[in-house]
This record gives sequence, structure tokens and C-alpha cells, in this order.
Amino acid sequence: MEFAIEAKKLTKRFGHFTAVNEIDFSVKYGECFGLLGPNGAGKTSTVKMIYGFSPVTSGKLEVLGMDIMTNARDAKSLLGIVSQEDNLDPELTVRENLLVYAGYFRLDRKTARTRADEILSFMGLEDKANDVVENLSGGLKRRLTIGRALINDPGILILDEPTTGLDPHARRLVWQRLRQLKEEGTTMLLTTHYLEEASQLCDRLIIMHHGEILEQGTPAELVQKHVGRDAVEIGFTQKQKIPAELVNRFLNWGGPLVKSHQVLGTDLIIFTQQGEFLSAKLRKQAAVAKIPLAYQNLRPATLEDVFLKLTGEYLDAPDGKGRELE
Amino acid sequence: MQNTQPSRLSLLHGISQKPDLSWPLVFSVFLRNLKVFSKTWVATIMFNFVEPLLYLWAMGFGLGVYVTQIQGLSYLDFLAPGLIASSAMFATTYEMTYGSFTRMGHQKVFHGMVATPVSMDDVLMGEILYGTFKGLLYGFVFFTVVVLFGIAKSPLALLAIIPLFFMSAVFSIISLVWTAIAPNYDSFGYFFTLFISPMFLFAGIFFPIDNLPPAIQFLPAMTPLYHAVEVIRPLILGKVYWGMLIHLAWLVALTLVTIRLPLVMVKNKLIK
Repeated sequence: MEFAIEAKKLTKRFGHFTAVNEIDFSVKYGECFGLLGPNGAGKTSTVKMIYGFSPVTSGKLEVLGMDIMTNARDAKSLLGIVSQEDNLDPELTVRENLLVYAGYFRLDRKTARTRADEILSFMGLEDKANDVVENLSGGLKRRLTIGRALINDPGILILDEPTTGLDPHARRLVWQRLRQLKEEGTTMLLTTHYLEEASQLCDRLIIMHHGEILEQGTPAELVQKHVGRDAVEIGFTQKQKIPAELVNRFLNWGGPLVKSHQVLGTDLIIFTQQGEFLSAKLRKQAAVAKIPLAYQNLRPATLEDVFLKLTGEYLDAPDGKGRELE
Repeated sequence: MQNTQPSRLSLLHGISQKPDLSWPLVFSVFLRNLKVFSKTWVATIMFNFVEPLLYLWAMGFGLGVYVTQIQGLSYLDFLAPGLIASSAMFATTYEMTYGSFTRMGHQKVFHGMVATPVSMDDVLMGEILYGTFKGLLYGFVFFTVVVLFGIAKSPLALLAIIPLFFMSAVFSIISLVWTAIAPNYDSFGYFFTLFISPMFLFAGIFFPIDNLPPAIQFLPAMTPLYHAVEVIRPLILGKVYWGMLIHLAWLVALTLVTIRLPLVMVKNKLIK
């Protein structure tokens, strides 16, 4: 078994709709592998196939060297799964949730108790051990869901949007735990539409869009390759879309410093390796040419820029959460 | 398993395949439900227990005064054994409709279970087991009332657990089939109004089905409740006869013929 997870031409169709279209990827042991993309990109469909919930339409999918379709029970006994929606036992206490779950893995009573105590302490839930789950906050429920997925000491921890819907503080607490698990050598597969999450946790990632893989690499590689180090944002005073001729003037001023660019409404974003220099140069040229600018901003390029560059769309556009976290 | 085109019939997809069952895991699903039940059992048992008791009082002691004899029995003797069955029926059907639908939908407990070595078939079999257990439990609670009222006439009454078991299993199965096709909680109203309540009223608990017009007597005769009552009543009253076995065989056969249905239907509903 060279890889913890290996997918070849993995495809998922629902009737005529293709959710995942012949994707190839592999997850190495001990790494945190990210599936990044907006809602509807096919991340959850992919993950549900990996943990044997959803049948593979076609292609090959090996999890820990096993064919998940024919050997689901054995494979699932070695996985820890944190699904997107909470599916805890709401009427039971925190500790009971862990013990009941241990029963599904057929852990003996003593092992189950020991594991439950370890997990309670690791996830910082000792004080809540006897609280009924439905009274817990969203952040605590998430921590318990992650803790519950660790009950069988899994070979791979699969997390489907583990922090969606959490407030920034609760999110950070979850990240800390996940990072600790990663340092201990746990193989992780994580889907997210938070770019910060992907850059903080993932060693490698694939960017998915409409069921296909747009790009893959380490977060830093992707930023370097597609957008460079810095992003210069230029806001124009025009109410409408900026004319192409205006955009071209700025790109010409930038010359070889421009790695790539993106027009977004009345904003022009120029990606470059030398942000400060380019920024100053453009400001001067604009003043000389008497082009009024609403604002100009220099910031480090992010994965979101990569995504924007690749798709021309914002991640998670409706609520703009991906953006707010920068 | 290839993905099929979505259609109503696709709920039955895979019905001819052998279910993927691991009995220790089926049992762990059952234990999970039992654990949740253990938190609220006092309140829920009272709730389910008071209603048949009220019927017993109203019908047996109230109305029964005007009924001299039914099939050679006092009305109380005729009525009480049937209420054991209906008590079990209501417990099972409520649990396997509202209860299972909540675990399956809103709480997503089924989803949590199948993320472990537990299969969806294990989950459903565990549910059927739990629904059957609840029927037996509530039937037993009412049975003790029947004993306290001095209605049970023979130790054979204890054997009533056998027809009660199969009847509860059948009701678990039927309810889960409805749960698999139910789009929302409101649709359970139809289930109770169209099937369960008429069964309660016309399947031989309050009066023999011979009193119905001959043309429609086949209707109650098709229900599991009728066959269960026809076995339980002679057992409680100690008036057994060989013909009872036909009713019991009917319950067993119905259980065996239908048990694959909810497994495959719920699986097809949840797993796409």
C-alpha cells in the first residue's frame, strides 16, 4: 500500500448529473490532504464515496489498500469520519456518545472507557462529559464529533467541512486540535471552502470545481504558480465595468512585473512577485495620466486568489465567508 | 451496485440481494436505542399505558354492563386480551414512524452509525428489533394489568409473548416501509387515520369481525392485529385450540415475507 487513499478516474453520477467526473488523486500516509472548492464542487460526493456511504459510479477507489465497494466493513473499521452535519446522539451525554460509538467498532468495555477518557481530555470536553449533547453549543458539538471519530484510533481521519458554521474562536480551537493530530502523524483528508483552513492545515490540496480537479499542489506552490507573492488591488471610480482599454494601460505600465491579473467588477487585481515596487509604480503612472482611483491596496496573495484566477468566481460567494477571513 | 435512474421503483432496487448483516452490530444498534429509551422510559410507558387502561374502564366496566355475552365470554374477558395487542401495536407503530423518522432524518443518527463498520442493513434490523421490543414491553405492561384484574385464566397466558413478538415485528416492518416513503411528519397522520385506527376499531378487539357485513370481513382478516388477537385471546383465557396455529403461522409468514422491504427501501432512500 503506497497510498492511504488512491482514486483513479473516480466518478459519481446522480441520474444524468455528474457530481464527480473522472478525478485522480492520492493521499500519502501521514499527510493532511485537502479538497478545496465551493459548495457543489463535488467535495462531499467524493468524501462520501471514500467512506463507503455513497456507491462509486465508476473508476477505482482504494482506501488503506482495500476496495471500499467490496470491503466496506473492514475499511470503515479503520476510518474516522466527521461528516458535514452533526449526527451525534442528541439525547445522550457526551461520554455516552463516545461509548455507544465504541460499540459500533466492537471495542471491549474497558478499552472503550479508556479511549473515551483520553478523547475527552484531548478535545477539552472533560467538564462536559455528563452534559446531554442537545444542550451543547455548536463548537462543543463539533469537538465531540471529531473526538467521536477518533474512538477507533483511525488510520485516516476524514473531515467534511469540519468548521463550517462555527464562530472564529471555535474554529481556531478545532484547528489547534487537528494540527496536533497531524503532528502526531494522523493521515487526514479534509474538505473545506475556507481558504485559511486549507492553508493552515493542508500539506497538499486539490482544487475542485464542477466535479473536476482544477489544480493541485501545496498551498504555497499554488499561490506561487498562479498568482505570485503579492496582490495589488486597484479600485476604479467607474460605476460600470472597467473598459478593457483602461485595464490594458495598467498592465502595460506593470510590464514584466505582472504575473497575472483578474478583473472583478470595478476592481482590477494584479498579481506579482514585487508588490511594493509595482504598487508604487502604478500609483505614479495613474497620477501622471490623471486617472482617478477609488483606492489602491497591497496585500499578500492567498489561495482564494488562486481559486479566483482559476475559475473567475469567488469561493462561497453568497455569504462571502471565504473573503472575510483573510 | 451501479447508480440507477431515480424513480419510485428504485426504492426497491436490490431487493433480491442478500442483506449485509452482522448480528453483533445489529445488537449494538438495538442497544443504542435502548440506552436512549432508558432515559425517558417512565414517562413514555405511563403515556402509552394509560390509554388502553381508559379503554378497559370505559368499555369493559361502562359499556360492558349492557353487553351480556360475546362468544360465550363476559365483555371484559373478550375485550382485555385484545387491548394487550393494541397496546403493543401503538407502541411499535409510534416508535417506528415518528421515532425512526427522527433518527433517520432530523437527527441523522443513521448516518452516524453507517460511518462505522455498521451497515445500513444492520441499522434497519436494529430498528426492527427495537420496535419489536417496544411492542413486547408495552404488551407486557398491559398484560400485568390483565392479570391484576383476574382476567388471565391460565398459565398458558404467558405464551402470548409469541404472537405478540411476531405481531410487533410485522408492525415494525410496515411502519418502517411507510417511514421510508414518508416525505414529512404530517404524512404519518394518514398512516394512523387510514390504517392503524381502523384496525384498532374493526380488527376484532371490541367485537367479533363476524358482526361486520360479510362482504368486507376479509379486510380485518388481512390485518396482523386481527390474527394476533385471535391467538392472544384464547391463550389469556386458557381456551386454546389447534386452529389458533393458523393465525400464528399467518403472522410468522407475514414477518418473513416483508422483512427485506424496509431494509432495502430505507437504504435506497438515504444512500444515493
